[in-house]
Amino acid sequence: MPRADDFTKRHIGSTPEQISQMLNDLGLGSLDELLETTIPDAIVSKHDLSLPRSLDENRLNKEVRTIAAENHVAISMIGMGYYGTVTPPVIRRNVLENPDWYTAYTPYQAEISQARLEVLMAFQQMIMDLTSMDLANASLLDEATAAAEAMQVAKRVSKNKSARIVVDQNIFPQTLAVIQTRAEPLGIEVIVGDLEAGLAEEPCFAALMQNPAGDGLFRDYKPIIEQLHQQNALAIVVADLLSLVMTQPPGEMGADIVVGSTQRFGVPMGFGGPHAAYLATHEKHKRSIPGRLIGTTVDSNGNLAYRMALQTREQHIRRDKATSNICTSQVLLAIMATVYAMYHGPEGLYRIASGINRLARVLASELANLGFEVVHDHYFDTLKIRIPGKASSLIDKAERARYNLRLIDDDHVGISLDETTSREKVVGLLEVFEGLTTGQVRGNLFDIDLPGSIPDHLARTSDYLTHPIFHHFRSETEFMRYLRRTASKDITLAQSMIPLGSCTMKLNAASEMEPISNPNFAHIHPFAPSRHTYGYQACIGSLEKMLCEITGFDSFSFQPNAGSQGEYAGLLCIRAYHHANSNPDRDVCLIPSSAHGTNPASAIMVGMKVVVVNCDANGNIDIDDFRNKAEQYQDTLSATMITYPSTHGVFEESIVELCQIVHDNGGQVYMDGANMNAMVGFCRPAEIGADVMHLNLHKTFAIPHGGGGPGMGPIGVRNHLRPFLPDHPVVSCNRGGSTPIGTISGAPWGSPLILLISWSYLRLLGKHGLRRSTQIAILNANYIAHRLDPHYPVVYKGAQGRVAHECVINLAPIKESAGVTVDDVAKRLIDYGFHAPTVSWPVPDSMMIEPTESESLDELNRFCDAMIRIREEIAEIEQGKVSLENSLLTNAPHAYHLLTEENWDRPYSKERAFFPTRETRRNKFWPPVGRIDNVHGDRNLVCTCPPIHEYE
Amino acid sequence: MKTRYTEEHEWITQNDDVFTIGITDYAQEQLGDIVFVQLPEIDSEINKDEELSCIESVKAAGEVQSPISGIVLEVNNDLDGEPELINDSAEDLGWLCKIKCTDHSEFNSLMDAHQYQAFLRQLS
Repeated sequence: MPRADDFTKRHIGSTPEQISQMLNDLGLGSLDELLETTIPDAIVSKHDLSLPRSLDENRLNKEVRTIAAENHVAISMIGMGYYGTVTPPVIRRNVLENPDWYTAYTPYQAEISQARLEVLMAFQQMIMDLTSMDLANASLLDEATAAAEAMQVAKRVSKNKSARIVVDQNIFPQTLAVIQTRAEPLGIEVIVGDLEAGLAEEPCFAALMQNPAGDGLFRDYKPIIEQLHQQNALAIVVADLLSLVMTQPPGEMGADIVVGSTQRFGVPMGFGGPHAAYLATHEKHKRSIPGRLIGTTVDSNGNLAYRMALQTREQHIRRDKATSNICTSQVLLAIMATVYAMYHGPEGLYRIASGINRLARVLASELANLGFEVVHDHYFDTLKIRIPGKASSLIDKAERARYNLRLIDDDHVGISLDETTSREKVVGLLEVFEGLTTGQVRGNLFDIDLPGSIPDHLARTSDYLTHPIFHHFRSETEFMRYLRRTASKDITLAQSMIPLGSCTMKLNAASEMEPISNPNFAHIHPFAPSRHTYGYQACIGSLEKMLCEITGFDSFSFQPNAGSQGEYAGLLCIRAYHHANSNPDRDVCLIPSSAHGTNPASAIMVGMKVVVVNCDANGNIDIDDFRNKAEQYQDTLSATMITYPSTHGVFEESIVELCQIVHDNGGQVYMDGANMNAMVGFCRPAEIGADVMHLNLHKTFAIPHGGGGPGMGPIGVRNHLRPFLPDHPVVSCNRGGSTPIGTISGAPWGSPLILLISWSYLRLLGKHGLRRSTQIAILNANYIAHRLDPHYPVVYKGAQGRVAHECVINLAPIKESAGVTVDDVAKRLIDYGFHAPTVSWPVPDSMMIEPTESESLDELNRFCDAMIRIREEIAEIEQGKVSLENSLLTNAPHAYHLLTEENWDRPYSKERAFFPTRETRRNKFWPPVGRIDNVHGDRNLVCTCPPIHEYE
Repeated sequence: MKTRYTEEHEWITQNDDVFTIGITDYAQEQLGDIVFVQLPEIDSEINKDEELSCIESVKAAGEVQSPISGIVLEVNNDLDGEPELINDSAEDLGWLCKIKCTDHSEFNSLMDAHQYQAFLRQLS
C-alpha cells in the first residue's frame, strides 16, 4: 500500500477515482486486467523487482544534501575545456529553474516555439560574431563530438579526396580520443602530428588544431591554414569562445570550420555536462552542417517568424543517407549561454575575459619572479609551468590548499584561470608555489605594469555582438521581463499536456530538478581527483544498479549524451564483439522499415550495411521477411535494431522469436529504448533477448526535454559486451573493461549533472510507484484510443485490441474526404491551447499520441474534446458547408493580432477562431504567429538575427 | 528527339549523343515544394545508377540516379536561384543536366512514354 506521503500520487495525474472511471469506460475491472490484455505473456518478467524503498520529497531532499556533501568543491584550475563560471541569478531563476523553458519540447512545431527559436537564432549570431564565420548551427552535444562532426563535414566537402586527417598533438586528450573513435569505422586515418613544425608532405582532407592549444599556447594558424588551402584541404579550429573577445578569431585566420564549447558562458561544469557546443562554417557548406539550424521565414500573415531550416538533411528524413546521426541538441544550455551574452553584452564579456587574462599575466609574472619557468609567452587564460620531476608533488601540495591543477606530465602542470578566479585565489595559489622556493611574492603584484600575452597583431580588432539584442538588457527588470515575455510564446508542460508519441513528456518534478542547482554538484570539474567526487560516484553507482535491476542488464555506460549517441556506442560494442570473436565480416544490420531514422544513420556511422525489413499491415515486423533476411545474411549478420514496444505503439507478440532468430544467425540485438515507459516494472529487455539497449533518460526517467536537449542515452549491456564499453583517456570509467571501443563523449560520464534527476525520480517512486506509472501510462493511452477511435480510427492495436503507452490515429480518411491535412489539425490544436502529437510518423498522415502517466483525466478529456471538436469542424467541410480554402483548419493557428483585424473576411466568427471551447476563455494560449511558410524559409535561407524593429 | 523514362521517375531525351535528364511531373508532385537542387560537376564522369543529383523539398530529399553512363556536359544553373522551376515545369525548364554518351543501349532499354504511363497507372 502506498504511504500517505507517497510521491507517486503527485507524479500520477489522475486520482484513484478517476482511474476507476477510466477502467470502467474501457470495460475493465482492474489495472491488472488491463496489463494482462496488453503485454504478451511471453515477455512479462517473473523477476521480483528489488529497488531501494521509495523516499518522500523531504527525505529525498535530505538524502541529496547528504550525498552532495561527499563531493568536494575545490578551486578548479584544471581547465581542459571546463571552467568555473558565474551563472547570473536572474538566469538561474528565470531560465534554468523555470519550467517555461526547461519543459518545452524540440521546436518542430515552429508556431508554438518562437521563444526558443528566437534565442537560438541569437545563439547562432553570437557564435558567428565571435568566430567570424558565416553560419553557425544551434548546438551540438559537446566540444569533442563537435570536433568529430567537423571532421565528418570536412570529409564530405573537402576537394582533397585523401582519407587522412591531421590532428595537432596539442589538443585536449578527450577531443583527440573522440575523433579517433569516430574516425576508425568510417575509414578515416588520423595522423597525430606537430603542426608547429609545419604540415607533412602527405595529402590530407583536413587538419584540426586548437586555439588556445591544449596547453594554453595561443598561436597564429594563418601560415598552416594557407598551406592546407594550397592542397585543397580544410582547416578545422577548436576555439575557446571567451578567448575570442580578445584574440583574432579563427575565421579571420582563414579557418573553414570552427567548433567549441559554450560552457563557460554561465553554464556550470556539472562534472562534465550538459553543455552546448557549437559548429560554425562558411555559407557554401550550409547543406553539410550537422544538427539543427534555425532560419527565418514568414508566416501566413506575411510577418517574420523563426523555424528550424533545412530539415531534410536530418536523419529522420534521409535515414541511412543522413549527414550525421545527431538528433538531440543542447537547447536549454545554448539558451543559457546566449542569455549570458545578452546579460553581459560585448563590453561585459570583454571585461570578464580581460580580467582573467590580466590575472593570468600577474600569476605568470610572479611565478617567473619566484623562479619558475612559465613555458609559453602567448596565452589567454592557461599557463604551462615547467617543474622538472616535481609536477605530481606540486599538484598534491596545491590540493591540500584547495586548488585543483592539471597534471600535464611529470615535469609540467597546467593552471587555468576563469571568471571565478579572484585576486585572493591568485595570492593563495602563489603561496603554494612560494613554499617551494626561497623567493618571495611581491607585495604590489597587482599594480605592476605587465607585458601583454597576446601579440598585438593577433589581438581582436573586429566588432562582435553588435546586434541590439546584446545591448538592450542591462537592467535586471528589463531582462526579467524579456525572459518572461519571450517564454510566453511557447507551449510547454507548464501550459498544457504535450502528447508527443515516442517522446514521453512526463512530469519533471521540482524535487527531481532541485539537485542540479546544488553547488556541490554543479561546480565539480569532470577531471577532479576521484576523492573529490564520492557523491557523484555514489549517485551514478546507485543509478546504474537501479537501471540494471529494471532492465535486466549487467552493466551500464553513462557516456552517451543522447539516444543517438547510445545507438552509436551500442553498435560499436557489437562491432567490437564480432571483431574480438574473429568475425570482422559481420557488418549487416537489419532494421525494420518502421524504425526511427536515427537507427539507420547510426548503423552507417559504425560502418554497417543497412538491410531494411518490411512491416505487415498491422505495423508489426514481417517475421517471414525478417527470418529470410537473417538467414540470407547469416554469415555477415551483425545486429538488428528493434524498438520495443514498436514504433507503432504496440507490444508485438513476436519479439522473443525475433531476438532468437538474430541470435541463431550469429547476430546481436540492439534495442532502442525510446518506448521503455511502457515496460518499466513489468518487462526486462535483457530477458526478452536484447544484448544492448539505450535508455532515453529524458523520456522515461524524467529528465526534462529542455526545449530540445539536454538528453542522456546511457547503454545497458549484458556481460559479454561489458569489456567493450566506452572508456576515457583522462578518467577511466569502464572499470577495467579490457577492450573499450574508445571514447564517445568529452566527459567520462556524459552529462552527470542531469543523472541526478533520473536518480531522484527512481528514489521518489520506488518499485510500486514505477509499476503504477507504467500501468497508468498504458491506461491513459488506451483511454485516449477509446475516446478518439470513433472519430479518428486507431491504426494499430495488439492481439487483444489494446495499444501500449501510445496510440496512432489515422487522418488519411479526412484528407480524402475533406482535403484536411494532418498539419492542419496539428496547427488547429494550437488555437485550442495544445501542442500537437507527433505528426506523420511512423505512418504518413497519422498522429501518434502519448499522454504519459502524469496527465490527469481532466486534461486527457480536454485534449480529446479538442480533437473531437476539430473533427466536427472538418465535418463542416466534408458536408460542403464551408470551403476548405478559407476554413478554421487551413487558417490555423490564428495569431493574436488578428483579433483586432477590422476587415475580418473569414466565413467564421472570431469567437470560433480564438475561443473554440469554454476552456480557452479561461486559459488562452495566444499564438504569436500564423502558419509558418516552410518553403519560403528553405528557399531563402537566413540564419542571422533580423533587425531589431522586428522584435518590437 | 526521343524521350524515355525510368521506374525512378526520371525522363531522358536524346539529341544525337547528348542526353538531357530531368525528373517527371509525377516525381515533382510526390516531392512537393522543391527548395534545393544539388547538381553534378561539369566534366565529371558518371556511371549508370550513380547519384547524379539530390533534390530537396521541405518534406523529403530524393536522390536522382543517372539512368545512363557518360560525361556531364552542362547543368541547369537556373535551378540554383529558382529550384521551383522543377515544380512549375518538370519536363521542360526544370531539366537537371545534359550528359554525353556514345553507347545508346542503356537509353534504348528504358521505357517509352506509353510504357511509363502504364507504369504510373499500375502505381495508383
